[in-house]
Amino acid sequence: MTAPLLEVKNLRVEFPSRHGTLLALDDISFTIAPGEILGVVGESGAGKSLTGAAIIGLLDPPGRVAGGEIRFEGRRIDNLPYEEMRKLRGRHIGAIFQDPLTSLNPLYTVGRQLTETIRTHLPLNATQARERAIGLLQETGISAAAERIDQYPHQFSGGMRQRVVIALALAANPKLIVADEPTTALDVSVQAQIISLLKRLCREHGAAVMLVTHDMGVIAETCDRVAVMYAGRLAEIGPVQAVIHQPAHPYTAGLMGAIPAMDEDRERLLQIDGAMPRLTAIPPGCAFNPRCPRVMDRCRSERPELLDAGATRAACWLHDVSLAP
Amino acid sequence: MSTLVEVRDLAKGFDVSAPWLNRVIERRPRQWVHAVDGVSFSIERGKTLALVGESGCGKSTVARLLVGLYDPSAGEVLFDGQNIARTLASPQALALRRRMQMIFQDPYASLNPRWTVRNIVGEPLTEHGLVRNDAELKDRVVELLRSVGLVAADMEKFAHQFSGGQRQRVSIARALATQPEFLVCDEPTSALDVSVQAQVLNIMKDLQRSRGLTYLFISHNLAVVRHVSDHVGVMYLGRVVELADKASLFATPRHPYTRMLLDAIPDIAMSGRARTPVQGEVPNPLSPPTGCSFHPRCPHANERCRQERPALVEIRGVRVACHAVEEGRL
Repeated sequence: MTAPLLEVKNLRVEFPSRHGTLLALDDISFTIAPGEILGVVGESGAGKSLTGAAIIGLLDPPGRVAGGEIRFEGRRIDNLPYEEMRKLRGRHIGAIFQDPLTSLNPLYTVGRQLTETIRTHLPLNATQARERAIGLLQETGISAAAERIDQYPHQFSGGMRQRVVIALALAANPKLIVADEPTTALDVSVQAQIISLLKRLCREHGAAVMLVTHDMGVIAETCDRVAVMYAGRLAEIGPVQAVIHQPAHPYTAGLMGAIPAMDEDRERLLQIDGAMPRLTAIPPGCAFNPRCPRVMDRCRSERPELLDAGATRAACWLHDVSLAP
Repeated sequence: MSTLVEVRDLAKGFDVSAPWLNRVIERRPRQWVHAVDGVSFSIERGKTLALVGESGCGKSTVARLLVGLYDPSAGEVLFDGQNIARTLASPQALALRRRMQMIFQDPYASLNPRWTVRNIVGEPLTEHGLVRNDAELKDRVVELLRSVGLVAADMEKFAHQFSGGQRQRVSIARALATQPEFLVCDEPTSALDVSVQAQVLNIMKDLQRSRGLTYLFISHNLAVVRHVSDHVGVMYLGRVVELADKASLFATPRHPYTRMLLDAIPDIAMSGRARTPVQGEVPNPLSPPTGCSFHPRCPHANERCRQERPALVEIRGVRVACHAVEEGRL
């Protein structure tokens, strides 16, 4: 096996507050191989966006990495000084955010934003940078790129803007792209275009992707592996096919059953009763135990580690082989 | 089966012209957006019609027209034979409003943050004079909360003390307070997570069965629409392009736009089915294309599509607005 591009080990992120410290991410560990697409899925508040923000070093204060480490190409990046992190971000790790309108500066033309990014990270002069910018826009499927490069973000439609943001993220040929809900603000027909574009470009540029989304369909279409998060913890991680078709964690199984399917008729959807706990009130033991249909005594007191569960790894005592009869 | 709601050639235009001074000085013309442009459909009692389409297609405007939040620019909505716009202007308005209610998309914005749930759910009851005293009001509110899976103790809470899914249940309880026959649901689960969405959809289906409710369900999510609806109308730029029963719409979509929408859904089963790549985006509704408004994105468009607007006609049991389908090219 090749060395991982990104290695996240026992990551903890805390938010100190007046009412005590909130543990927003608790003991998150995973790796991303070069060129691999890892999906991170979960409901709102599960900590998926926060994981992305921690990796690119853009945690909103007072949030901070309180434990564990993040390694990029073997080098520790979670404790880098601001300036060094800034150089790494953009050059080696690109970012795509949910809302393409807020991630572009409305006062600058698209071309200026692209060339600025390119020249910050690559040794090119203004003409070369502009050529590269036009090339990138063409690659992302923007027609008449040579003219449109001098337009402002508001002159682009939502889907076109997200294409510009993808071009920006790819500007310096990064090895990893953290994409946080890149298609959530878009309509389905545009979403399909953006997803296939992202997938194709990352393959061509050899970039690995960490794709954060709440949409299982997007994960199924795009990713090689998927990590399922619940209440700031990893519930399950494994190859996409296995997680979707043979989920090992009861939460993943519930999540899959809750999605209305296009190819079967069910009178009722499978529902997980209750809601995800707030960070201030995470139950002891497994965070999912109050909602779990297969809860055991042990789940209420002991927190499960990620255990081997067939093709995937799941944080669930059901897969503890030492106790199996 | 009797028809409860009938919509005939409904249209709504919004004036989006520049201010008067700009129009005079800069010689800019008046501008109108035709958000809904000649929409007709009917909903049978106890059934669910879903309207589906991308943002800006006019589906929410239709919802608001149906409950009388907007006045139609043309056409009419008949509810149990009564013209809604005319009835709402008459002394019978209160009686009509009691029979139809709406559930909004955003459970954070549609509940008053300063009111307790008792007040929120109780308001329609007192407003319509359905309860005589406080004790009766309390009993009715508790009963309503129970019917959507909440408990009596939730009555004294404020909206911010609930999660998104619970808030949407409060909205449903409020809508049910007057025992309406018809509920207009405008993207009721779009702001919710999937596991919570499943809870809300299950409750809505259970209520429909036990109370014989009729729904107009607005959504952009085809999988949700497939789960809840009996009939489906697909909207594009203010017009209905296909209207069919659920089974035939999903099994044999006729209109190229419906096919495109169905193709665009990410395939969770990963069956590896062939997909036609989707082209382009929804045009600006300020300057819709001539002829069929879908023609710039349509792989089957010809000269006639560019010039002549297709009407919604019945072809083999479903209603489709497409020249290609009508001519048998598709």
